Amino acid sequence: MIRMLVPLLVFVGLLVLLIVGLQSAEQRKEIASPLIGKPLPALELPGLHSPEIVRTSEELKGQPWVLNVWGSWCWACRAEHPFIERLGREAGVPLIGFNWKDERGDALTWLDRFGDAWTWHMVDFEGRSAIDLGVYGAPETFLIDHEGIIRHKHIGPIDATSFADLMRRIVELRTEART
Amino acid sequence: MIQNRSCASLAWLFSVVVMLSLAAPKVAQASAIEPYPFASDTEEDRFRALAEELRCTVCQNQSLSDSDAPLARDLRRELFAMLQDGRSDFEIRQFMVERYGDYVLYRPPLAGHTMLLWAGPVVLLIGSLAGVAVVIRRRQQAL
Repeated sequence: MIRMLVPLLVFVGLLVLLIVGLQSAEQRKEIASPLIGKPLPALELPGLHSPEIVRTSEELKGQPWVLNVWGSWCWACRAEHPFIERLGREAGVPLIGFNWKDERGDALTWLDRFGDAWTWHMVDFEGRSAIDLGVYGAPETFLIDHEGIIRHKHIGPIDATSFADLMRRIVELRTEART
Repeated sequence: MIQNRSCASLAWLFSVVVMLSLAAPKVAQASAIEPYPFASDTEEDRFRALAEELRCTVCQNQSLSDSDAPLARDLRRELFAMLQDGRSDFEIRQFMVERYGDYVLYRPPLAGHTMLLWAGPVVLLIGSLAGVAVVIRRRQQAL
């Protein structure tokens, strides 16, 4: 009797494995960044409004800040924009735009149309620095602490839940910077 | 973003299928790789081999050599620059892993957390062979 149950048990086991695999497939799409806990790669890029000004990550040292990867071509960036505006108002730390693989004219038109909530922007036209940051899609949002260490990365558009999570983390980083 | 991308890639896939069926003989040889000025055939072979074993992170089920995504194009450019620089295959793989994690490798590394993955099939094979041996022996004794 028990022997006859063996194939059934094996089948149920495989079924469970399959269902678990299918359900975790969605989460696997978000690749955990190996850069968390590591220093931010040195960024040195032209500004967006005035390309002759060189913007560096070095000038932000000593305080926590937010790096937001966006592009005028990126549909999801428009979706998260209300939350970017809130971050700009409520976070109390510099919110830096990382304009990725975009045309300068398009980016400026986009900002005119939807509003520029960022402190300033750096432009990565070639996408070379984005590779160093392990960026694989826009939008992506990085939190960097006062020592220049990447502490968190949010992949995809910011929504109400991730906004609350980002705000909580930013407050923590601000407290950490003060002590 | 992700749903949007997959919709876009579905539409893309569909148009590719249509185009392929229209012009199959001509496009059969086409790949996403752009014609880089390789110094030698060996270099080109290395480029192709690396581009095939590295995953394009935006279009997760394509390799760098298959994908036409802008990021894949950037990564191929980077790959070519590193080959020109005389970097070894190991260094190039390391460069990618440092930025995108083990996930970019189609062949996962042999490490503590991947032991089950690598040893699993061998353990299963040995286990089932042992099982078969036991069954055969019992049947022989029963005869």
